[in-house]
Amino acid sequence: MNYHRFDCIIVGAGGAGLMAALEASKLAGTAVVSKLYPTRSHTGAAQGGIAAALANLEDDTWENHAYDTIKGGDFLVDQTAAEVLCREAVECIYDLEHMGLPFDRTPDGRISQRRFGGHTKPNPVYDPAAPAGAEASKPRIPVKRACHSADRTGHMILQTLYQQCIKQGVTFFDEFHMLDLIMVEGECRGIVAIEIATSELHVFHAKSVLLATGGFGRMFKVSSNAFALTGDGPAIAYRHGVPLEDMEFYQFHPTGIYRLGILLSEACRGDGGVMFNGEGERFMEKYAPNLKDLASRDVCSRSIYQEVRAGRGVGGKDYVYLDIRAETINKYKTSPTGEPVDSAWVSKRLPDIIDFARTYLGVDPIHEPMPIQPTAHYAMGGLPTDVHGRVLRDESGAFIPGLYSAGESACVSVHGANRLGTNSLVDLVVFGRRTGREMARFALDRPFQSLPPKPEAFVKSEIESVLARPRVEPWVKIRDEMQRTMMDECGVFRTEETLTKARDVLVDLQKRYRSTGVQDKGNVFNTGLLEVLELGCLLDLAQATVASALARKESRGAHSREDFPARDDSQFFRHTFIFKDGEGPGRIGYKDVDVILRQVDGRMEPKYPLEIRKY
Amino acid sequence: MSMRTLTVRIKRYVPERDRSPRWEEFKVEADPHDRVLDVIQKVKWDQDETIGLRRSCAHGVCGSDAMRINGVNRLACKVLIKSLPSDVLTLEPILGLPVIKDLIVDMKPFFDHYKSVLPYLINDDPPPTTERLQSPEERARFDDTTRCILCACCTAACPPFWGDNKYVGPAAIVNAHRFIFDSRDRGAAERLDILNDTEGVWRCRTVFNCTNACPREIKVTQAIQEVKQALLTGEVDTHSVVNIHQET
Ligand SMILES: Cc1cc2nc3c(=O)[nH]c(=O)nc-3n(C[C@H](O)[C@H](O)[C@H](O)COP(=O)(O)OP(=O)(O)OC[C@H]3O[C@@H](n4cnc5c(N)ncnc54)[C@H](O)[C@@H]3O)c2cc1C
Ligand code: SF4
Ligand code: SF4
Ligand code: FES
Repeated sequence: MNYHRFDCIIVGAGGAGLMAALEASKLAGTAVVSKLYPTRSHTGAAQGGIAAALANLEDDTWENHAYDTIKGGDFLVDQTAAEVLCREAVECIYDLEHMGLPFDRTPDGRISQRRFGGHTKPNPVYDPAAPAGAEASKPRIPVKRACHSADRTGHMILQTLYQQCIKQGVTFFDEFHMLDLIMVEGECRGIVAIEIATSELHVFHAKSVLLATGGFGRMFKVSSNAFALTGDGPAIAYRHGVPLEDMEFYQFHPTGIYRLGILLSEACRGDGGVMFNGEGERFMEKYAPNLKDLASRDVCSRSIYQEVRAGRGVGGKDYVYLDIRAETINKYKTSPTGEPVDSAWVSKRLPDIIDFARTYLGVDPIHEPMPIQPTAHYAMGGLPTDVHGRVLRDESGAFIPGLYSAGESACVSVHGANRLGTNSLVDLVVFGRRTGREMARFALDRPFQSLPPKPEAFVKSEIESVLARPRVEPWVKIRDEMQRTMMDECGVFRTEETLTKARDVLVDLQKRYRSTGVQDKGNVFNTGLLEVLELGCLLDLAQATVASALARKESRGAHSREDFPARDDSQFFRHTFIFKDGEGPGRIGYKDVDVILRQVDGRMEPKYPLEIRKY
Repeated sequence: MSMRTLTVRIKRYVPERDRSPRWEEFKVEADPHDRVLDVIQKVKWDQDETIGLRRSCAHGVCGSDAMRINGVNRLACKVLIKSLPSDVLTLEPILGLPVIKDLIVDMKPFFDHYKSVLPYLINDDPPPTTERLQSPEERARFDDTTRCILCACCTAACPPFWGDNKYVGPAAIVNAHRFIFDSRDRGAAERLDILNDTEGVWRCRTVFNCTNACPREIKVTQAIQEVKQALLTGEVDTHSVVNIHQET
């Protein structure tokens, strides 16, 4: 057995893990453990931008950004955390620029910014008496807040952070897959990982451990997420009694490429693209008469689902069309200016989309519509943390010494019930940095605590038992059934009935999972074995998601219960905390949303009063 | 389009089992819209779980699944079945790097070369309180080489690299270029010194294999030429986009 000792162990080399590593390694001995080469992490797939109120192109303030974040999250956002995010976003962007990130530039050489859904500022000419539809009738107007590097902002963030880690000499254990946490007396003291190239187990003894393992979109059939996004960090912590927060909130992006789930950016519709059902009907007119195709992500995804369910998908199948042909944009007068456009204009505006469609659909969107369906995209829920990345033990707010989380695996919560575009990348850098500092400070203040004898014994026996089991059925069948069930029964729409069905299917899948084995018994890159262990993580998280969704009898943001269509602030203005109990989900507790109060005329009033979310 | 029955020929090497590489064939039904990656995973999941490959994003942005597909370096997730000329699909690991298992090669030498060119911004001047300024033209100067995903398709297609894997290879030069021509950087001289070494840019014989292999369509050979030019003239122009050799 291999033994290593570092003050700080960071699991995950995406944006959150690398940002934390840069900070922690300045103060304390730090190593990053990642199952992928760092530059393969899915942060590199992010396209659109990273939000910060730099006000480079027009007036803006971090307070505007905080308001948008809270409202976008349908008020399930912790407000102190949202203010931290939006305030520190500004200096974090400058930090990234100083590290060399090649942002696009304005003519005067500053960082360029673009508009994005849900990012607004107060309308300076707002007049409540103005006639509906007039510019002055809108209380808020879009603002250019998303800093970008062409259409590969995530790629540039990931590359820049990795480059800085090389410069700083950060230690990496690449292609090491964490399989267990070492938890002793309610504290985290390290991890157990398998070296993928040899299947050797390694024990990493640490004072603080950060889980930055990213999302878990692979629990759904159609997803924009990479194969590696299987929620290992949250799942393994959950098995050790750590709660998961707000698991019922999972964002579906409306326009994923049919079957593949690859993202087609919101910009398609921003530039005038229109969605049609199988009968050639512009169905968004029915669901969102004012904004139509430009309604928010959750509304559009729900509408597509409705059409497909009613048998109006294309050819009766489970997809609709996204049409960005110039003739269509002109027919519906949907271009940004309302003026006619031509194909050359479309090609110039949406080059990447056109490339994806040509490569993966064999469809030329200049001449044909693109088959699309909602794609599972982003986990708002995850490991509950405070604003220093410390993982909470329960809904009381007490934390677990030595255990941290940041990035998509964490729930701070700055995204609440629905994340705004460009707010994840900024979450990674702001909370990655804070967490890196905090975990190093904590480590410097204390000696190494002792490890139990043979901390790797549990993992070893798990692996041995998977390898020893006969392959009763192919494990991919179990995975496919889980993905189909989660997509159909716990996806964009849920009811008591569908969720109960999903719950029962998952119990059966767990049982089958525990009785089947793998074909590959080898030690070198046994990726089959690791895929099976990843499936185990997804199954646990799927169960937690379904149980949390069953308990939340209201509709809010991305969680849409057809049997409880309204938001219910009297009962559910609070976060869900779910705990594992034996084989499956157990107790559910609730934690109040953090609300900022301020003095108005001698009375304390909420700074961000609840309102009905309308755009 | 209807399903096609493919013969997938994979160059197998499982160190615990094989003394030397051997060919194995699988029959598989494939949708013309499937990616080569989908086909390999179908074979792996349905027929032989021991097949080794790396993959993650599945849409050409993470750089995991470079391999030789019908003799040329490609990302398996960026090649569709309908683009194949015949129903025989031949898969091999990329060349020039040690094979670990099947389609998986040891990437360490590749990343070591990358790290050797100081692939990070060097500028010790105290930064301003906001961003450093850079004009859109200066930004455009090195745009092409910022797109590299470190997949190794180029380096593993380079004949001089096959012959001598101490040569830093095109990917490392691309990443040196990304900083040498960044107006904010101060490390150009140091990097050029490294690339002037016997294992540096002068090993390149301008065969263009690397440019043809790049899945991001980076003008790799042009970047190398620009670095050579900077070495010959001793000048680094970070302002204007220069076309020394117009590539087609
Ligand atoms: C297609 C797409 C486009 C997006 N566009 C945007 C955008 O424009 N703006 C925005 O703000 N957000 C965007 N997002 C969301 C955002 O990109 C992600 O939420 C974010 O990048 C997640 O970063 P992370 O650091 O948490 O995790 P990741 O970058 O996913 O990294 C996870 C890391 O954990 C490691 N890991 C996982 N499990 C283990 C284990 N068991 N052992 C060891 N290591 C492990 C992996 O190797 C990897 O290094 C987009 C998401 C997608 C999918
Ligand atoms: S152009 Fe140079 S680097 Fe590229 S393949 Fe040819 S010899 Fe190698
Ligand atoms: S230059 Fe192109 S082929 Fe070479 S590593 Fe970068 S992306 Fe891959
Ligand atoms: S799997 Fe990411 S590039 Fe192919």
